[in-house]
Amino acid sequence: MCMTIKMHFDISGDDFTRAGEASGKVKSKLKQLGISPDAVRRTAIALYEGEINLVIHAGGGEIDVTISPESVEMVLSDKGPGIADVEKAMTEGFSTASENIRSLGFGAGMGLPNMKKYSDQMKIDTKLGVGTTIFMKVNL
Amino acid sequence: MTIKDIVETLDAEVVCGEEHLEKEVHNACGSDMMSDVLAFVKDQSVLITGLCNPQVIRTAEMMDIICVCFVRGKTPDEAMIDLAKERGITLMRTKMRMFTACGTLYEKGLGRSANKCV
Repeated sequence: MCMTIKMHFDISGDDFTRAGEASGKVKSKLKQLGISPDAVRRTAIALYEGEINLVIHAGGGEIDVTISPESVEMVLSDKGPGIADVEKAMTEGFSTASENIRSLGFGAGMGLPNMKKYSDQMKIDTKLGVGTTIFMKVNL
Repeated sequence: MTIKDIVETLDAEVVCGEEHLEKEVHNACGSDMMSDVLAFVKDQSVLITGLCNPQVIRTAEMMDIICVCFVRGKTPDEAMIDLAKERGITLMRTKMRMFTACGTLYEKGLGRSANKCV
């Protein structure tokens, strides 16, 4: 692979059953490109957690993925409520998710920590009432 | 242990993916919280869960989990079955409760030799 591949996804905020479709497509693409299983899995999990967050916390958003020979870069942006306390949100077990979301299997307070754990670089840009943009990078 | 051994041990019913029954399973994870599942990468795993929605299959897909067992007789719907079939994931259901299912598999030696947590 010597060129850059870009993928864009609009994530709907009202269809929980479809959450993960974009991450699944990115995972298939990376596998198809022959990228190492470890990097494929780390990218897929980090992106999937981000995609779930877009659906359950932000009312949807956008995902842009750039695959180059050196890395996979992911940008997840939304116009959701923003994160009040990023440091707290990065703490394992801390969650603002409702009981309804927990009953769906999420909201254990592991989303952002997992994203940090599986990516090599992560940056959160958030403003209350305006939205959140998260940048993640997995080195290949 | 193979997927077939798990089916027999848990007295489970295979929902889809019969063609993968001879595949080896080295690890297991039992949880209803998908984010907890996503926190630990293990190879060749079975996921034991009481949660029954499409995100269970998605989580298995991202984690390369090869087999999902639903406890307490939960039955996956058509959409979940289609999703699992497309991804080559075996689905099964058992009447056992989570605690019993995990304990029984542990007793049989599953997950005790290759604890490769990342």
